[in-house]
Amino acid sequence: MINDTFDLRSAESHIEVHKFRTGAVAAATVFSLVVQALLPVYFPKADILDLPLLITIYFGLSRRNPSTGLLLGMVIGLLQDSLSKSPLGLYGIAKTIIGYTASSIGARLDTEHPAARFALTAVFFGLHQGVIVLIKRLLLAQPEAWFTARLGIAAGANAIVAVFLFLLLDQLRKSS
Amino acid sequence: MVAIPSRHKSLVLLAGVVIVQVLFLAVQIKRDSQGRLIRSWTVEAISPFERTGAWGFGRVRSIWSHYFALQNTSRENESLRRENSALKLQVEELGSKAAEADRLALLINFRQLNHNVPMLGARVIGASADTASETIFLDRGARDGIRRNMAVITPDGVVGKVIEAFPNSAQVLLLTDKDSGVGAMLADSRVQSPVGGTGEPLLAMKYVANDDTVNLGERVVTSGMDRIFPKDLPVGTIAEIKPGNPFKLIRVRPAANLARLEEVIVLLTLRPLELHKEPEPAASDSAEKAAPEQPTTAKP
Repeated sequence: MINDTFDLRSAESHIEVHKFRTGAVAAATVFSLVVQALLPVYFPKADILDLPLLITIYFGLSRRNPSTGLLLGMVIGLLQDSLSKSPLGLYGIAKTIIGYTASSIGARLDTEHPAARFALTAVFFGLHQGVIVLIKRLLLAQPEAWFTARLGIAAGANAIVAVFLFLLLDQLRKSS
Repeated sequence: MVAIPSRHKSLVLLAGVVIVQVLFLAVQIKRDSQGRLIRSWTVEAISPFERTGAWGFGRVRSIWSHYFALQNTSRENESLRRENSALKLQVEELGSKAAEADRLALLINFRQLNHNVPMLGARVIGASADTASETIFLDRGARDGIRRNMAVITPDGVVGKVIEAFPNSAQVLLLTDKDSGVGAMLADSRVQSPVGGTGEPLLAMKYVANDDTVNLGERVVTSGMDRIFPKDLPVGTIAEIKPGNPFKLIRVRPAANLARLEEVIVLLTLRPLELHKEPEPAASDSAEKAAPEQPTTAKP
């Protein structure tokens, strides 16, 4: 098992692990939550965006540490739950899984290319939505459709926003 | 502590975090018909274990109680076995003591019947160290008045004679030894003949003519002619008769159990003794009168 881990790290040594300025993660998290809370007030159509999810995906892909990624996803999800009327844990679970998955994938793939970011964000959005639907169905007894056109549009919109948002967030990285 | 591989630590952490949040989520949710979801989950999740636990507990308790019952039974059985063994030993001891009491009673009775004869009871404390001789050692010796050539008997019959008297012990030559002999006669026909040892359990009656009538099972008693053993002490019974030349080959089974002697009587005199004579049939009396006296053939 130790050898497997060593080999895995050796194989992934070409993938850079990014570090961010102090407080960048916290500031980005708070910023996303605040914007997510304010933007729909002014732009009702903006409710299809899930900025906390994008923040979770970005830092997961960048930090490439599953533990950090899932914990960050948990925190962001619980905060999001706290700012909504959903029970605490609904988004927490979903974003925990997303944070873990993004970090795991980021450790194996080069996610710096905009196309990759677009595709990954769309996939993660779908996964995130699937987890939420699953939780609602299983735990909350709230029947909800697995997929709707709106969800498809939302996935695309979030993926597009993610491409640009991620470029902005790249500026928070420490120069190596 | 089970070591979790580093690549799996995050997965374990993920599972833990998700589970905690699921539980946290369940605490908050309240269904209209089923109350709080956490309670419903808890009941549904725990009840199978409760049922299994109740079943298992019952089984375990049953097995446990049976185990203890069996253990108690086993202990009781073991205790009863020990008690049984102790009782068996006690019974054997009591039986041995009873037999000893019987033997002592016979000795006492014999002594009472022959109160005018000096005698001493002695306990057998040892046997011969070699297989070629038939001797025993007594717990009484010269200090008790025992001397060489004193007769040693039991109420059943003749045992042998003292061949060595030590201060506190005495060595007795048994009648079965090849060098032993006693003046004897057939109790019915009064035919006299020395009886000697052969080194075997049976004795040999050496000088009975082929013309003399001898019957199997006939008693052989001391004749008193050897001046060691009093007359009419039981020596044994005829066990085997074969014609010989010039004398019959007669085997005599000792009257005393010479193989298992425990207490004996030593007659404390070298003079001829007249022991108490049991009443005998008239035929025997007439035969005794008809039988001639024979010289002693007892070996020293």
